[in-house]
Amino acid sequence: MNKMTKNTTNGTKEVASEKPDYIKVDNFSFYYGSAKVLHSLNLDIPYKKVTAFIGPSGCGKSTLLRNLNRMNDLVDGIKHEGDIRVDGESIYDPFLEVISLRKRIGMVFQKSNPFPKTIYENVVYSLRIAGRNSKSELDTVVEKSLRGAALWDEVKDRLHESALGMSGGQMQRLCIARAIANKPEILLMDEPCSALDPIATAKVEELIHELKTEFTIVIVTHNMQQAARVSDRTAFFYLGKLIEYDKTEQLFMSPKVKQTEDYVSGRFG
Amino acid sequence: MNKESIKSDRPKGEVAVWFSSLGLSLSLILIIGLVSMIFYNGILVFWPDQVVMLEFQKGKGQDVKGSNFIAGEITKQQSKIIKDLNVKLDGLAAQEWQLHVGNKDAYGFSYKFFDMQHLVKESYPQDIILAERNEYGSAIFFAKYLQLKNGDKLNKDDPKFETTLKELTQECKARRKDILQIEKFEIGKINSKIEDIRLEVRALQRKGSNPEIEAKIHSFDAEIKFLQKGYEDLAAKSRVLREKQNENTLHAEIVTGEPMILPVGNIYSFYYPNRLSTVDKISIFTKHFAEFFTEDPREANTEGGIFPAIFGTFVMTLLMSLAVTPFGVVAAIYLREYAKQGFLVRAVRVAVNNLAGVPSIVFGIFGLGFFVYLVGGTLDEIFFSLSLPTPTFGTGGIIWAALTLALMTVPVVIVATEEALSAVSRGMREGSLACGASKWQTIQNIILPASAPGILTGLILAMARGAGEVAPLMLVGVVKLAPELPIDGVAPFVHLERKFMHLGFHIYDLGFQSPDSEAAIPMVFATTFLLIMLVVALNLGAIIIRNRLRKKYQASTF
Ligand SMILES: Nc1ncnc2c1ncn2[C@@H]1O[C@H](COP(=O)(O)OP(=O)(O)OP(=O)(O)O)[C@@H](O)[C@H]1O
Ligand SMILES: [Mg+2]
Repeated sequence: MNKMTKNTTNGTKEVASEKPDYIKVDNFSFYYGSAKVLHSLNLDIPYKKVTAFIGPSGCGKSTLLRNLNRMNDLVDGIKHEGDIRVDGESIYDPFLEVISLRKRIGMVFQKSNPFPKTIYENVVYSLRIAGRNSKSELDTVVEKSLRGAALWDEVKDRLHESALGMSGGQMQRLCIARAIANKPEILLMDEPCSALDPIATAKVEELIHELKTEFTIVIVTHNMQQAARVSDRTAFFYLGKLIEYDKTEQLFMSPKVKQTEDYVSGRFG
Repeated sequence: MNKESIKSDRPKGEVAVWFSSLGLSLSLILIIGLVSMIFYNGILVFWPDQVVMLEFQKGKGQDVKGSNFIAGEITKQQSKIIKDLNVKLDGLAAQEWQLHVGNKDAYGFSYKFFDMQHLVKESYPQDIILAERNEYGSAIFFAKYLQLKNGDKLNKDDPKFETTLKELTQECKARRKDILQIEKFEIGKINSKIEDIRLEVRALQRKGSNPEIEAKIHSFDAEIKFLQKGYEDLAAKSRVLREKQNENTLHAEIVTGEPMILPVGNIYSFYYPNRLSTVDKISIFTKHFAEFFTEDPREANTEGGIFPAIFGTFVMTLLMSLAVTPFGVVAAIYLREYAKQGFLVRAVRVAVNNLAGVPSIVFGIFGLGFFVYLVGGTLDEIFFSLSLPTPTFGTGGIIWAALTLALMTVPVVIVATEEALSAVSRGMREGSLACGASKWQTIQNIILPASAPGILTGLILAMARGAGEVAPLMLVGVVKLAPELPIDGVAPFVHLERKFMHLGFHIYDLGFQSPDSEAAIPMVFATTFLLIMLVVALNLGAIIIRNRLRKKYQASTF
């Protein structure tokens, strides 16, 4: 417990967010068919901060994350109650085009999913989709994004080779590069480091630190130390319920709920 | 360890493995046997045989036109069926041989069985000649002399005889080409121009009559007259050339003793079959082989090449692929990606699968009724009303055949495409959507490229089925002989309304509709072999493309 708290603050003093309720999850419940997997969640995610979701497997972290950009729309037989608002706007507004929502929200998936295209084309995909095709712009974006994802040095000589020839960890970093290429306002990361070695993990964490100045980041992780290292706020979920949500320091050092304490100290989960 | 325990250690289900391997070997043997039989029989057609001369006892029923001599290539040697049980024969006497005797104009047949019981002598005369002619099949004869146009006679023993004859046939060959050029293309062009003008005149006449129109029609009349003059000039030119073909004649005698006079212009090529070295034989073999690929058929298709059929099959299959791919892929995309998966979609899927089981002739009838009569007829009424009642599109044509086959093979493409689409991982779709792509952009940029190999597999199956199909084609555009190719040098170059020849139909026609089916059998084998080769080639092309794509989209394992 003590060992962990050492890493909690990153040496930087926490600055209060300009918009503490940039993403507002309001009494949100979610069903897959008849199974209720999220139970009346209330959660405010602050602007330009890193928020971590932790909790045991199957507790609904991914489900909530995937609802933030309405990725769950693809699943048949879903239902929700309550609302989620981004910057005051409901994401379920019938007049809101889900595509424009997703353009503002980048996502890195639990399983890496590079496209069967070249590395270059993978990175610029979101720009091409938006009709931005100028070569010089794309070139700078590719370099910037790949550097951001700590991948540039490894792939700069094979940008035009297929992305499917990379290692699993490289693929995951490529997916990160792809997600940040189009400068989204929000970046959703579902266990981005689960396939990475410690060095790459450190690089990604460093990246998250840098990105924090530009993006609002939500990250799901099973790695307590990671949550403690990178996040400003942490939410602990258990069986589809939000058990505790607080400043990371607070949650790890002096959790208010017994379940949280047990979980973060590794006594269950 | 005792024997009992070894036995029980044998993996379960080994017998099933044996059975499955047995099944595979059986089907492999059947396929290899079939293909090699077709290959062997097909390839033999091109190999020059020796010509045997047989002498029989006179008056034993083997005489041809009163002569007990006959000569020809042996095509079959088999034992006779002897009805009289008391007669015991063995050796050669028990056999009957089938000879290709040629000289159909003299004998009235070109293949015949001979009873070897009455054989007196078998010989292989060195100076017997086999000539391929432009009519009545090949001729087998002894040359006597060459009557040249300047009145000279060149005796067969003259050392220059063979070379002169060869030169003359070459000359005639060039002239034949000229004649073809004039009669087929130049005269054809004039005819089509005259036809166009006639149509215009008819259109004007329909408008009613006023002085202006009368004047126009008059000027058209003058033009037609001018064209007709050109036509007559060309016809005269070709007549002169044709006469030249008959200037030199070869005087010969066939084995029965009958004289035979051959204009050199009728001879395509000739050789001394019993003098050939292996090298000669190989060169004749290659020549025959090349001719088979590149030339038009002659003599009710039993002679010459099958180029129009190869070309027709190829173009038709290509057109079919062009039609079936977008159609099938679009249908599959809708079914898999857009339609709400429910009872209706399931019903549609079952219906599509069952469509593959509908007899192909039914598609032919549908194609005739829908494409030819309805669509084609309507097109004719709208765009080609002037040439009615002669149909343009309202009759069988390569486009309708291709569309009919496309309709027939579309279930294959739909099923294969659906499989391929559903095999694209959900992660990939979500990745694209998360980048802000619309559903269509995702399909276009991610899903279609990734499923292209699977779609091509469907196309390969469709092509294999389509290229070998005959029954429906007979109703919608295949003909026995179509000298005009669907793609040629006359504007607009691609003539989709034309009737065409097809290898599959060619096989049927040669084998079962030919007036001389014996003569056609070797061609049937050769054509069948070629059809198989064509399908293999088309498939190989598609497979190579597919493998390229596979390599491109192949996912590495972590
Ligand atoms: N597509 C789906 N259809 C039905 N149920 C689902 C679906 N996806 C997830 N679930 C269920 O929803 C619950 C929450 O799943 P979720 O993926 O959000 O868990 P998680 O917290 O991300 O777990 P992990 O840490 O293992 O990734 C689980 O019980 C799961 O079985
Ligand atoms: Mg998850």
